Amino acid sequence: MIGGLFIYNHKGEVLISRVYRDDIGRNAVDAFRVNVIHARQQVRSPVTNIARTSFFHVKRSNIWLAAVTKQNVNAAMVFEFLYKMCDVMTAYFGKISEENIKNNFVLIYELLDEILDFGYPQNSETGALKTFITQTGIKSQSKEEQSQITSQVTGQIGWRREGIKYRRNELFLDVLESVNLLMSPQGQVLSAHVSGRVVMKSYLSGMPECKFGMNDKIVIDKQGKGGASEEAAAGKSGGGGGKQSIAIDDCTFHQCVRLSKFDAERSISFIPPDGECELMRYRTTKDIILPFRVIPLVREVGRTKLEVKVVIKSNFKPSLLAQKIEVRIPTPLNTSGVQVICMKGKAKYKASENAIVWKIKRMAGMKESQISAEIELLPTNDKKKWARPPISMNFEVPFAPSGLKVRYLKVFEPKLNYSDHDVIKWVRYIGRSGIYETRC
Amino acid sequence: MRSVMFRFHVCAGEIFELKAELNSDKKEKKKEAVKKVIASMTVGKDVSALFPDVVNCMQTDNLELKKLVYLYLMNYAKSQPDMAIMAVNTFVKDCEDPNPLIRALAVRTMGCIRVDKITEYLCEPLRKCLKDEDPYVRKTAAVCVAKLHDINAQLVEDQGFLDTLKDLISDSNPMVVANAVAALSEIAESHPNSNLLDLNPQSINKLLTALNECTEWGQIFILDCLANYTPRDDRESQSICERVTPRLSHANSAVVLSAVKVLMKFMEMLPKDLDYYGTLLKKLAPPLVTLLSAEPELQYVALRNINLIVQKRPEILKHEMKVFFVKYNDPIYVKLEKLDIMIRLASQANIAQVLAELKEYATEVDVDFVRKAVRAIGRCAIKVEQSAERCVSTLLDLIQTKVNYVVQEAIVVIKDIFRKYPNKYESVIATLCENLDSLDEPEARAAMIWIVGEYAERIDNADELLESFLEGFHDESTQVQLQLLTAIVKLFLKKPTETQELVQQVLSLATQDSDNPDLRDRGYIYWRLLSTDPVAAKEVVLAEKPLISEETDLIEPTLLEELICHIGTLASVYHKPPSAFVEGSRGVMHKRLPAQGTECPDVGNAAGGSAPEAAPSIIPSQGDLLGDLLNLDLPAVLLPLFNTNCSSYGILYPQVWLPAMKAKGLEISGTFARRAGVIQMELVLTNKAMSVMTDFAIQFNRNSFGLAPAGPLQVLTPLGPNQTIEVSLPLSTVGPVMKMDPLNNLQVAVKNNIDVFYFSCQYPISMLFVEDGKMERQVFLATWKDIPNDNESQFQIQDCHLNSASNKLQGSNIFTIAKRTVEGQDMLYMSIKLSNGIWVLAELKVQAGNPNYTISLKCRAPEVSQCVFQCYEAVLKN
Repeated sequence: MIGGLFIYNHKGEVLISRVYRDDIGRNAVDAFRVNVIHARQQVRSPVTNIARTSFFHVKRSNIWLAAVTKQNVNAAMVFEFLYKMCDVMTAYFGKISEENIKNNFVLIYELLDEILDFGYPQNSETGALKTFITQTGIKSQSKEEQSQITSQVTGQIGWRREGIKYRRNELFLDVLESVNLLMSPQGQVLSAHVSGRVVMKSYLSGMPECKFGMNDKIVIDKQGKGGASEEAAAGKSGGGGGKQSIAIDDCTFHQCVRLSKFDAERSISFIPPDGECELMRYRTTKDIILPFRVIPLVREVGRTKLEVKVVIKSNFKPSLLAQKIEVRIPTPLNTSGVQVICMKGKAKYKASENAIVWKIKRMAGMKESQISAEIELLPTNDKKKWARPPISMNFEVPFAPSGLKVRYLKVFEPKLNYSDHDVIKWVRYIGRSGIYETRC
Repeated sequence: MRSVMFRFHVCAGEIFELKAELNSDKKEKKKEAVKKVIASMTVGKDVSALFPDVVNCMQTDNLELKKLVYLYLMNYAKSQPDMAIMAVNTFVKDCEDPNPLIRALAVRTMGCIRVDKITEYLCEPLRKCLKDEDPYVRKTAAVCVAKLHDINAQLVEDQGFLDTLKDLISDSNPMVVANAVAALSEIAESHPNSNLLDLNPQSINKLLTALNECTEWGQIFILDCLANYTPRDDRESQSICERVTPRLSHANSAVVLSAVKVLMKFMEMLPKDLDYYGTLLKKLAPPLVTLLSAEPELQYVALRNINLIVQKRPEILKHEMKVFFVKYNDPIYVKLEKLDIMIRLASQANIAQVLAELKEYATEVDVDFVRKAVRAIGRCAIKVEQSAERCVSTLLDLIQTKVNYVVQEAIVVIKDIFRKYPNKYESVIATLCENLDSLDEPEARAAMIWIVGEYAERIDNADELLESFLEGFHDESTQVQLQLLTAIVKLFLKKPTETQELVQQVLSLATQDSDNPDLRDRGYIYWRLLSTDPVAAKEVVLAEKPLISEETDLIEPTLLEELICHIGTLASVYHKPPSAFVEGSRGVMHKRLPAQGTECPDVGNAAGGSAPEAAPSIIPSQGDLLGDLLNLDLPAVLLPLFNTNCSSYGILYPQVWLPAMKAKGLEISGTFARRAGVIQMELVLTNKAMSVMTDFAIQFNRNSFGLAPAGPLQVLTPLGPNQTIEVSLPLSTVGPVMKMDPLNNLQVAVKNNIDVFYFSCQYPISMLFVEDGKMERQVFLATWKDIPNDNESQFQIQDCHLNSASNKLQGSNIFTIAKRTVEGQDMLYMSIKLSNGIWVLAELKVQAGNPNYTISLKCRAPEVSQCVFQCYEAVLKN
């Protein structure tokens, strides 16, 4: 298991060092600094073996977190734990920075004592931890409070405490998708997928039993006719084509979701944590609505000039508006000057980033826009050709490019007297660009 | 309130100041002082002088202050064991506190104080806490047992904590169960033969129930533990798989990978025609692909594992090629791994797409990545024959870019393509020759020289090209020198008239002016061959080369099986067995996949599910040094030349393995024998030097069947000049395994007071035939049918005149199971078992009056067939 955990600043000074196992000595701290942080070369692997000791590291801004072990540990678990550790720290004191870590080092040690015992990760849900590790010192708890804490930390529903009350029962669902594309210069889709998340913010009383439904192809096909009318009633939102159902390649769920039930009936039922949680993540590859098409044209005029023309076309309902559109056109390293003309938005050559950045605030569906640029090059005797990195794009659209629609989210709380109808529910769809690239 | 100044230098004055503050009456001041102490401790400064003062702060009802003091104690108790005792009373008291959080804190911290004296006091509180009414205390106590075991294993056993821990597996609280499982698994690892985890269908059922309810981390502990279980039959295996598959949808990647491990392992037991088997295969692909959208570090772990899974079961991801396409912003470690998997998945169906991608990658910035991409194009050509032409033209395009390292890498792979498809693409040689001058890396130079030598007859100015390399002969690396030597000899054999001078020049450079023994030896061999028998020289040097295999750098099957059992762990990231990077007893156990349809007779075969292996014997003292030396590359360049004239039966007579010339006067000859089930290496050591030799030791390199010395080399008296001694060295077969070529090759290092010497020899594979190799008739029939026909190989044994083949064969542990006569032809069915458990089945056809026998061999590991045939030949002809 994990033998120790170190946190360093960018200079390699130790900010936090907690050793769980005897086989990890103080020299391990230095070994990592010398061989990884101060290494001349760029890091070639997140796992490093130095003298039979393995180091796992992740970096957050300029802070290094390193877990150390001498055993054959579960590597995936160690990384998951390091990410979780970052989440917990962020939840407690905000951004992970040198200053914040120094100011909160007692708290961090306290957390490390609680969530990692002898190198075994224990309950790391922030909700539960905050009930007994607080920033204002421990209040003296009553006996009931204490046993409530321990039963929550170890219990089956470790993510929610009993006795939550709201005057207004309300919940918000955000369907956040990022659409990824890799397209060849000729417009052929090399790979495309949507990775989406359903984020739920709930303010519900008691221990509500929830059931979530979406237009999952497998469920719809199973329900047959019965489901179709419901679909018509629920499926007003969304902007893409009129798809009835979507094929989900794979999905993963927050630990509150009963996985065995999903496996057997494909129904998503759970008792949500209070406040915000990421209910599910999913991935689709079929019938994706690609909100934008990028058509590049690069022409080399002699050895010192390049002509670039890029057309973007929006491909969704004209009534919808895409926002925060940004096209990034890479330029060669030996660029000496650039002239840009664009029909819409603003374009600028950024020498430090070796790219022309073209920004458009808003663009409706089924429109197109164009930019053309002349790039002057310095003559070089460098034989190596310019690698032509792909043109990348950022945007935000108010629909789900996968075609996913929320059909229902039902809430039952048998003990308290509020019903599903009393809960105010909000649904929002946001599609963003992930890695959206077109080769040129 | 929490702001504490970081001070990086603790001087004596400061210690004094802190001391005063620690002894202050004011609580707040005390707390701030302890914080300062901890801050100094973190940056590595010695504040142990404050021990008594800090311990004095321990008796407080302020939980925060208490935690800080505990933190200090954990750090310094070991250096001040006597002082640490002062803290014991408070710990014992805290374990009785009404607040469960404090009880747990006390027992947790006590376990971390690794002082023997304290552990004695720990036992009573721990016993109480293991049975505490509060689950939070119990789950903490469960881990504490593992801590205590790490300090004093005997104490844990004597106090009966292991039984209590086992009881906790049935606890009502899932987190307690998970921690108990984690603790037991860890303890079991250091007792490989104990029946500690006692996994049986009942306990498995309990674990599977807890799996649905516990935290993500607990699920990982339980799944990792489940992976060690071997189900009794395929039905149990299927029902466990059914209950584990829902985990594939968990958001935590480690849960997913551990579930994949359990499924990959248990799947081995399911019959392939079962519907469920197909369903399971389909279910595995989506979660694996999803792992690739995780953070880059996890992607890396996932990709390393997918690399193994693709080798074991290519069908799972064969349609998912696209997801492994490299993204421009992927970190380099992700890019390199993706590339590896792309090649493994390349097939005729997707080769066009793959090639287009690879060509794109070859223009990127990162040098390592570009090189690997170019190399990948070559591997595609070798793997998918239909694409070879397109690959070659892509490589030529890349050569035209004139980017130095791209050109060099391309030439290296084109050499392999020539090997694989001889006489097909020689038209490109001209283009290659144009780039001769730009090659500055040894590997590329050697490859180019090989090409020139191999196709000397088609290159008009081959002699000029090679001559140009000869000018700086002594500045070249060994690889290039050896290649140049061989190439010029090839050239001479092809065009003897014009190149006489050149060959003489290179031979004298190699033999007279070089101080590299390999080069000299190779030079001498060529020289003698050419001067005594040019026809033989031609046969040896221009012999037809064996085809190169399609899949390069595949992991060796037994290692792959072991690594599959370690999916998700560091071993799967390193692609090395745990024993390669873990010290001590942990991880020495080799895990194996269960076989299909096996019935597990001994119930609850605890850890690993496979029969425990004896730990490999370790050679005392000086042997260790030798072992380290052996891990270096052995100078094995000469071997291919010798192989051609080594016939198998010659090995039965003592052979000179190490000539005195090469070993500073020590000559070693020897042979192998099998007596009473023990393999003996019979060595004859002769001292041909002037001085006395002492301190002999022997060590083997890893080899195909894990042969290793079972004891030290028994040379007790010093070996005087011109003395000879005969030693018999018993061998075991439990050493480390690595596939050798040829299979029965053994690389040996012998050390004496003068130096370490290396040689290699070949043992007849019949040494490995074990005495209980007689198979039941029914089993034989079933096995014969079960082994696919692809694994069958046929050989002819000529000029054999024997009355009773089977008696003779039985002497070598080749057992005749049945005999059948069909149309005047005797059919003998025989079985052989190798020391590593591989069965070889044979069918020998003998026709009356015909001295030529036909033999068919079937084996799950078809590599051994050739060696086994040689044994047959040797036995039958003697």
